[in-house]
Amino acid sequence: MDYDKITVKYYKEDDGSNSTKALKVIYNETVYSVPTDPANRHYAAILEWAKIDGNTIAEAD
Amino acid sequence: MTKAAELAKMGEVLTNSQIGGRRNIVINGGMQISQRGTSETGVTSGQYADAPDRFKVEMSSAGTWTVSQSTTAPSGFSNSYKFDCTTADASLGAGDYLQLSHYLEGQDLQHLKKGTSDTEKVTLSFYVRSNKTGTYIVEFYDADNSRSISKSYTISSANTFEKKTITIDGDTSGAFGNDNGGSLGIFFYLGAGSNFTSGTLNTSWGSRTLANVAVGQVNLADSTDNEWYITGVQLEVGEQATPFEHRSFGEEQNLCQRYFYKWINTGLDDNFNFYSPYSPAQVSAGLPNSSAICPMTFPVTMRASPTMATTISGGTLNRQTSTPFGFVAQMGTTSTGTHYPTQYLADAEL
Repeated sequence: MDYDKITVKYYKEDDGSNSTKALKVIYNETVYSVPTDPANRHYAAILEWAKIDGNTIAEAD
Repeated sequence: MTKAAELAKMGEVLTNSQIGGRRNIVINGGMQISQRGTSETGVTSGQYADAPDRFKVEMSSAGTWTVSQSTTAPSGFSNSYKFDCTTADASLGAGDYLQLSHYLEGQDLQHLKKGTSDTEKVTLSFYVRSNKTGTYIVEFYDADNSRSISKSYTISSANTFEKKTITIDGDTSGAFGNDNGGSLGIFFYLGAGSNFTSGTLNTSWGSRTLANVAVGQVNLADSTDNEWYITGVQLEVGEQATPFEHRSFGEEQNLCQRYFYKWINTGLDDNFNFYSPYSPAQVSAGLPNSSAICPMTFPVTMRASPTMATTISGGTLNRQTSTPFGFVAQMGTTSTGTHYPTQYLADAEL
């Protein structure tokens, strides 16, 4: 996954809040569900990605 | 080998406690399991490609490659991991590199006793083949403590499988974490720029200095004629390379599925489908919505909660959560009485 080319969004819970269980990642027109598990290598990379200015996790669709 | 030499070697192996039990720490060292696919063209960046499981291509600007599960293999093996150069890079930039890596969990390495005074030596053995002869480097990288040690091997005879054996000392510094994180990486270098080669090869454990990790490495990317095969990868405690531990296909597959699992649905006859709960009777009963969920249990408990890539034929996934044990996917809306064939990939690789 090339993290310079990803879009990250929250999933929405039934009550309208942002899910804390997983993130929606769009890369190369494929949708990935990345769990918020620190041992997941994609989530660990997204945490680093989010530290870079300009990178934000967008609200759910 | 004479009888006396055989007996002496056997005694040495027994002394080193290498007989009995599971010996090979590497998973899929025989390259039999290739769940993602058996070949991928146009590889230019790091990824777990459509090639044997548990081995990852790591690269930066080092040509273009087709990687595959090859049936070219030495006697006793069915498969190998193959690199085939399709666009050359004869002059690697300073920071460019190409390698095949294999990461192991710290909790599977505790018997190496790394970071203690009675740390163990380990031996790596493998079969390798290439048209390009010369010096190649293997680096052992302790990711928990940023320490490493590198060793060279030589491919002497072109286009012939050769068995290579590398023994490294134990490391009295830096224990591996006793957890599911990637603690030890084995890096088979195939090319490396000057950032990795300008120093002196670090043949003893020490803090990782990039300039010392791949000194002397040939550039396999320098011609589209080049190809490289590897199989029979085994890492074991002790100073002897014992014969490759052939595990059953099913056992090896289960070991791989701790890290990656792929479900491909070929149609309605398959048993993984979303099915709309919205029957006419439910509609008339005024049930509130037409969403559907589909829970699935993985065949093997995964290393960590996996990243999911789920596609639904004719429908849209609106939410999904996963754990090491399984996942739940949800469609926001479904149509009455409709099946939605679904496929997914679950990735908990290191």
